[in-house]
This record gives sequence, C-alpha cells and structure tokens, in this order.
Amino acid sequence: MPLLETQKMTKDFYKLRAVSQLDFQVERGEIVAVIGPNGSGKSTFFNCVTHIYPATAGRVYYQERDITGLPTDKIIRLGVGRTFQLIQLFLEMTVFENMLLSVQEHRGTLLSRLFTKDDSGDVERAHEILEFLYISHLKDELASNLSYGQQKLLDFGMVLMPRPELVLLDEPTSGVEMEMRGRIMDYIRELNKQGQTFVVIEHNMDVVMNLCERIIVLDYGEKIAEGRPEEIQTNQRVIDAYFGVEE
Amino acid sequence: MIRWLFWGIIVAILCVLPRFLGDYTLYVVSLTYVYVTVAIGLNLTLGYANQVSLCHASFFGIGAYTMGLLLAQGWSFWLILPLSGIFAGLFGAVIGFPALKWKDHYLALITIAINIITFFVMMQESWLTGGPTGVSGITRPSIGSLSFTSDINYYYLLLVLFILAILASIWIVNSKWGRAFRAIGLNELAARGHGISSFNYKLLAFAVGAFFAGVGGGLFAPLLRYISPDAFTFFISLEFLIMIVIGGMGRIEGPIIGAIIVVMGPEVLRMAEAAYLIVYSLILILVMLFMRGGLVIVLDRLREAIPARIGSRR
Ligand SMILES: Nc1ncnc2c1ncn2[C@@H]1O[C@H](COP(=O)(O)OP(=O)(O)OP(=O)(O)O)[C@@H](O)[C@H]1O
Ligand SMILES: [Mg+2]
Repeated sequence: MPLLETQKMTKDFYKLRAVSQLDFQVERGEIVAVIGPNGSGKSTFFNCVTHIYPATAGRVYYQERDITGLPTDKIIRLGVGRTFQLIQLFLEMTVFENMLLSVQEHRGTLLSRLFTKDDSGDVERAHEILEFLYISHLKDELASNLSYGQQKLLDFGMVLMPRPELVLLDEPTSGVEMEMRGRIMDYIRELNKQGQTFVVIEHNMDVVMNLCERIIVLDYGEKIAEGRPEEIQTNQRVIDAYFGVEE
Repeated sequence: MIRWLFWGIIVAILCVLPRFLGDYTLYVVSLTYVYVTVAIGLNLTLGYANQVSLCHASFFGIGAYTMGLLLAQGWSFWLILPLSGIFAGLFGAVIGFPALKWKDHYLALITIAINIITFFVMMQESWLTGGPTGVSGITRPSIGSLSFTSDINYYYLLLVLFILAILASIWIVNSKWGRAFRAIGLNELAARGHGISSFNYKLLAFAVGAFFAGVGGGLFAPLLRYISPDAFTFFISLEFLIMIVIGGMGRIEGPIIGAIIVVMGPEVLRMAEAAYLIVYSLILILVMLFMRGGLVIVLDRLREAIPARIGSRR
C-alpha cells in the first residue's frame, strides 16, 4: 500500500469544483511534485488531505489507515507535516517558541504537558535546524520581526521539527533567495535519503525537475498527467494547460 | 535576585498591612485578593487563549454557591475549596463548546447569555440556591486550633491563596499548556497545522479559567459570610473584563493591577457608584486608545528605566 492515497477526492466551493475525482498515491521514500496553473486546485488538495476543510467526496488513506474526516491536528500527529501557501506562524512569539510549539504536541499526554519541560532533544534539534537555515541568530526575535524570506525558512523548519514521515510543502522555495533555495533542495534530498517522503507543490520548474522523481499535473482540479519529469515536459496536455490551446 | 528581593518586600508589606488598616479597608484588600484570583482565570481564558468569556461571574458564582451550600451540609472548607474550583472548571469546559464554533463577538454574546441564565437559575431555584436572598450564615474555616474566623486571620488565608494563585498562573503560562493557549489565540490555523488540538485547548482554556474563578468564589463566600445572586451578574463579568483590559491582557501582572484599580479605585475616590462607572469607562477608553497593552506597560517602562539609571551612575 502507498504511504498516502486519495480515492476520488472532490472538493466543491459552492459551484466551483476545485478538486475533481482525484486519485493520488505516494509511495514511501518518494519525492513527488504537484504542479499546475494558478487555481488548478493544488493547495485545495493539500487542505483536503489534512482536513483543513472537509472534502466533498472521496477518501484519504495514510499508512493503510482511513484518515478521512479526522481532525487536522490528529492527522498531523500521525506523522504528516505540512506548510501553507501563505506562511502561518505565531507572529507574536519568538522564533524559538515557534520551533518548540511545532513539536510539543507530538509527545506525552495532555496532562503531562502541564508538568514537563521541553524535551532536551527537541531543544537541540531546534537549534540545529535554525542553524542550518541561517536564522539561529534570530531565535529570540519575535517571528513578526523576520523578513519574508526568513519567515518562510522558519515555517519550513517548524514542519521538520517533529520528523514527519510525510511532508507536504506548498511552494517551499517561493520568495526564498537563490542560494537558500539550493540549500533547501539539498536538505529535502538529504531527509529523503533518511526516509522521509515529500510531496511538493512548486511553480519553479528548475526545482521540480531537479528534485522530484515523479510529477502530477492538475488542471481545473483534474489530474491531467502523471509521470517522470522528462515525460511531463513533453506531454501535450500539460503544454496545452500551461500555454493554452490554440484554436 | 533583585526581582526576588522586590517580591519579598511586597509580600512583607502585605503581611504587615493589616496593622495599618481599619476594618473596612482590610475587607476591601481581602476582596481584592479574591477578585485577582478570578481575574487571573479570565486572563488565562481571554488574555492568553483569546477565548472571550463574559460569564466569569457565573464560574465565580458556582464556586461561591458550592462553598456556601456544602458548608451548610457540614463539609470541610478544605475539601470544598478544591471542589469549588473543579465544579466551576467542569462547567467552564461545557461552556467552552460554543467556542469550538464561534469566536469574538459571537462568543461574547453567547457567554453573556450564559451568565444571564445562571443568574436566573440562582434567582429562581430557591430550593437549591435560596433564591434572591441567597445563602447566609457562611462560616470561616480553621485548621486545628488555628481559626480563620477573625477578619485578620481570614485576610492571611486569602493572602496565602492569592500568592498560590499567582504562582500557579505563572506555572501554567510557562508550561506547554500556556504556550498552546497562546498559539490557538494567535493563529488557530497554524496551531492545527502543528498538531495542536484547538478542541482540547479551547475547552481547557475555559476549564482552567473557570477553575480559578471557582476557587475565587469559594474564598469569596466565607469572606462576606453571605452570598446572593447579585454578586454574580453579567455586570460583574464585565468588571472582570475591565480589570484585565486595564491591567494588561496576556500578562501575569495584568489582572493584579486591574483588580487593584477596579476594586480599590472607588473606595479611594469615595464616589457614588454611577460616578465610578463613568471613570472606569473613561480609563477603559484611554487604555484602549493609548495603551493597548494595559497599565502593565507603565511597569515595563519603570523596569527598563530603573536599571538604566543604576547603570549610568556606575
Ligand atoms: N476557501 C475557498 N473558498 C472558495 N474558493 C476557494 C477557496 N480556496 C480555493 N478556492 C478556489 O479553488 C480553486 C483552486 O484554488 P487553489 O488555491 O487550490 O489553487 P492552486 O492550484 O493552489 O493555485 P496557486 O498556484 O495560485 O496557488 C481556485 O479557483 C480558488 O479560487
Ligand atoms: Mg496554491
């Protein structure tokens, strides 16, 4: 069984069908890209998988388990990490608090969280990740004081904190400068070697072609193509979707 | 170090304070301790978790009635006091359910309605609550030969519990609970996205906030020796709200400063009831306009200024 599978997932916003009958599978250890023109339903797909809002129809399986309809926080605690297209941080908290918040619910019981201090391993890991992302000098700054690029990196770092088995990244490199973009890609590859699985929504074709083994293309909420990067590049339907069909 | 010294001095002052106070002033200070305890609760619910509660007087009342009624059944004060908190806390958890769906002004309206309902229950269900006349003849506790019956001794009991309540709130705020409260208060989507259960923490924020209010109520009943529904109206909830807004929401010192001003203000100014409501409203508007963080900001400025001055002298 795949690590993540959706069957006939559909999401309607009133009369607009944002995701349509989507069958999608990710195997353990893959790096998959989801691409498609603006408004093709990529982010909505992530949001339905993690139940930010309920899908209109269809089912989601993670680790052989039907997670359709589970609350978001529970899905996350099962080992799914995700970022949002619009960065979601706790702006009035420090960078370090943000990092610790992203992992605290993955350990212990609700009651134990009143009495236990932060896990020393987590604290160390938070330092390491911030170090890697070149923002460790900002750890006591409020997240709101960070530049857009730095916030983006923090967001990325937070998702990695609990070592999720499946990581869903919504445009991880947009707004990040070139050098850091390369670094993030290297990091994803490295974590992938260590066993983490990635699904990445990405507009930057360099990133997609370099990073991903398999690409899924959405258009108007439908999967119009799926395959290896070189196959997708030459796929006529994909080209039509991106550049429009000449009539 | 200097901080501990500072707090040590404050506590020492509070310990010797009764010597310098008349009966009535002693009562007002005692009452302030009680209100601070309740306001601390509201500060956890609203100040940290950003869940609007305009029914903290209900939680306060549940604690007070629990104390009054169970004392009359011959139960021990020391057993009832935690029960006052627990009953109010359980009720708070139930009241938290609407917060799962609604926020801000919707939640404000819902909790106002709840306060009005509990007030009517206190008024109408005379078989339980004594109706409009309430519960009287409430006794004060003792431990062995140490009796807290006198005003001064009860003052010391309140002082101890007041300090415990502050320490407990500091503990909670610095715990992972406190961090999760702030997280759901600041950005619920991000919180969910990092595995933080808004279900758990919203209900918990109500339960914990109500627990403090309930304990406050349990201390309030023996202080007055008499309780009736009008001590637990929606307007009292509004006073708690004013306390934490004036003092500083989401700050440990906030409810302390706020309660001091709201409880002691009228006594110091010696004004008619209507007049001090006007004064509060003015202070409230001024704070909202010019000092969003509450009066605790003034303390912050002092704290920044004093070490700087000591530093510059060196
Ligand atoms: N919460 C919402 N309510 C109503 N319509 C929505 C909502 N979210 C998305 N949509 C609509 O659903 C469609 C798919 O949007 P979605 O954000 O999933 O696209 P996307 O592929 O992520 O696009 P982009 O590349 O611009 O991020 C769009 O037409 C969008 O306007
Ligand atoms: Mg998108």
